[in-house]
Amino acid sequence: MLQLNFDPAKCIACKTQDCLVKCQYLRLDKDKAKTEMQKIINGEDSFVLHDCVTCYACEEYCKMGNHPFYLIVERQEGKGILPAPRSIATMWINQCEPRGRFTVGKVKERALSFCFIPIFPLWATGKLFDGIASSYIMGEEFFCNAVFLHYAKMSVIKDRLPKVIENIAKLGIKELICLHDECYGTFNSLAPAYGMKVPFKTTHYFEYLYEKLKELKDEIKPLNVKLAYQRPCSNRLSPKTQHFVDDIFNLIGAHRVKREYVGENALCCAEVIRMGQGYKIADDVQKRNLEDMVKAGAEYCVFNCPMCYLSIGDKVSKRGLKPIHIIDLCKMAIGEKTAPGV
Amino acid sequence: MIDIYNLLAEIVGEQHVSNHKEERYFYGCDPGLTPPHEPDYVVMPETTEEVQQIVKLANKEKIPIVPKGGGLALTGLVIPQKGGIVIDMKRMGKILEVNEKSRYVVVEGGVTHGMLQNYLKKHHPKLRHSIPDSPAISTVVGNAVIHGQGRLTQQYGFNSDMVSGLEVVLPTGEICRIGSHSISSQHWFSKGAPWPDLSGLFLGWFGTTGIITKLGLRLYPCKKMRDVMVFLTDKIELVPDIILKLTHTEMTEDIVVNEQPLPPRMKGNIYILIIITGDSDEELDFKRKIIWDALWDIFESRDGGFLSVPADMKPPLLEMPSRDVVRFADVRKGGGFEYSGPIIPLEKYPEFITKQKELVSKYNLSYSATSRVIAGGHCMMYAFAFTFNRADPDEMDRIRKALREAAEFTVEQGGMMWKPTIEEQKMIIERMDPNTLKIMKKIKELLDPNGIMNPGNWEA
Repeated sequence: MLQLNFDPAKCIACKTQDCLVKCQYLRLDKDKAKTEMQKIINGEDSFVLHDCVTCYACEEYCKMGNHPFYLIVERQEGKGILPAPRSIATMWINQCEPRGRFTVGKVKERALSFCFIPIFPLWATGKLFDGIASSYIMGEEFFCNAVFLHYAKMSVIKDRLPKVIENIAKLGIKELICLHDECYGTFNSLAPAYGMKVPFKTTHYFEYLYEKLKELKDEIKPLNVKLAYQRPCSNRLSPKTQHFVDDIFNLIGAHRVKREYVGENALCCAEVIRMGQGYKIADDVQKRNLEDMVKAGAEYCVFNCPMCYLSIGDKVSKRGLKPIHIIDLCKMAIGEKTAPGV
Repeated sequence: MIDIYNLLAEIVGEQHVSNHKEERYFYGCDPGLTPPHEPDYVVMPETTEEVQQIVKLANKEKIPIVPKGGGLALTGLVIPQKGGIVIDMKRMGKILEVNEKSRYVVVEGGVTHGMLQNYLKKHHPKLRHSIPDSPAISTVVGNAVIHGQGRLTQQYGFNSDMVSGLEVVLPTGEICRIGSHSISSQHWFSKGAPWPDLSGLFLGWFGTTGIITKLGLRLYPCKKMRDVMVFLTDKIELVPDIILKLTHTEMTEDIVVNEQPLPPRMKGNIYILIIITGDSDEELDFKRKIIWDALWDIFESRDGGFLSVPADMKPPLLEMPSRDVVRFADVRKGGGFEYSGPIIPLEKYPEFITKQKELVSKYNLSYSATSRVIAGGHCMMYAFAFTFNRADPDEMDRIRKALREAAEFTVEQGGMMWKPTIEEQKMIIERMDPNTLKIMKKIKELLDPNGIMNPGNWEA
């Protein structure tokens, strides 16, 4: 049985209680945060378990790597607390169940993970993916399953993720380049938190793009555009990858606008919040987020996660910004045609 | 001996009549389970007068006639049970008039929903009609004659409720005008009210009382924007209450309830598709919020919730007609599809879905249960839909038995079978109030004294 590596002593010794104090959706001072966290550790009920919008951010706020969010999810599941209606969780569980419909390209030791998002094969083309585009894996059998963090279904993750890791390892892959931010977060945060060994190297596609752009730097024509970056919830699991956004923007001559909702203070796309907490909070988050982008003078909204793109791409357009995935942005910089939108 | 073929050829021209085996085979079957039976002749008239002459000939010679539109009812309603002449209406394909002010269209008897949809889109983009989810080749008249439903049925009732006038060739050959244009040939705005509504002599009779050669149909505002909301619940018993709450808002264009085991994401839940329309983002947003609030208590109890529908998932859900229906129809890859679609009181939905699951398990069948809310929620159409391989007689037999049980269940539950097969019509007639049946019989004998019209159907 996989157990979460959580050390209560670290929480007791914590001077900041940032996990809950910094929460963008719950209002807790340090004392209240300490009390509620202690309740959660003890397995008692806490309003935090009921009101959590599952934005993953506390996982980033905890600088001790003690996994407060995974603990919250464990406790929600244990108590039968549903962060979203049962039917929504059921739909995801059934949709993501492996059933032998995966696709594997000419897999080499270095391979791309398309998760099971059909747009990735259309994006992973051109010079940026020369020599590797045909080495890919895609399908439920390779799906990281982190989405179940939103639905208090850690049991599903614990059941399916070890098999996913095994499926990838069996293909002889030594380095997996994750095009879906959430897959990278799963292999580098969620899996280790439960003691799952990942027997292959994982590379975030930001890093891959950065290195590739450096190789192609003679072909880069500075874009000279103002960009806002839409950070997804999953990136809270791998905050160390954030600097690549600036590194890439600098390489392609794009300017990142100064925003209120950036880095630790970023707002997610809010569509998961909509399903779990309703439209009022979701509309408010989206409104603040988009207004912030507009106010900062951004011309483009650059997406990392395709699901964020699908969820708010239209709304971004209606606010006068151009929605674009970061892969397409890099393609623009080297003069390549962008792929069809999602 | 009278040469019927040549007499028909004199009326419509030799190109438009056939007694060849190929045509007789084609016109003798439909995609459902009713055994085929070939006609003796197939004829394609182009005008009301040609229809009139054909009917007069048939009536004189006592030859059965079956008028046919798209032939997509699936329950054998245009299979010529006693041979005779199939009158294929497709050459009567003119859209005669669109009245933008009084919002109606007048079409000939062979105009298809696809033709009308494209015509309105091109020439009258502010108007629309109620598009059924049958293939685009289904005809406007055929759909009205079987009391079909469409995308505006939740708001305005059965597609037949939207009829605003008829021109009919009676079985004895007279041309009869029904509705406001019976007194003024210029105006097709009402099929009867405030006078006796005689359209009831022809709608729902499956061509046994006359042939509709022209039809007036109400049109409705075509809003600039449409959107879809998807509500999921795993509690079947909540469905009537959810529909009641949704229809109370008066904000929805269409409400369709789906339950099916495939694709896997659909397993275990009831999917309620809610279509909304508007002329601005603000209007749509307002409607979305009202609808959310209407179901808030169910959402809070976690018994149901709205799915965030990504942009790429919306077009197939908004498409008219829906291609998914056709995809499901061929899921068994054998070209067979039939469904019994009883019209049921709203509160009976849980019983019907439970029955469907029982039948599926008993007969080992592939199924989909799609239901459409009718006229603001007074009732709904519940489809016991089964797809089958026509090369698998065992599977076809199992579906026959399942549909038979579904029909018996419908009658027991007080539902009304929609476009019933001849066998189901007999079931209805056996249980019908004797005086009601007497009226039907009198009407039929009065209009069709020689019993030539689509014999086998509604034979009291």
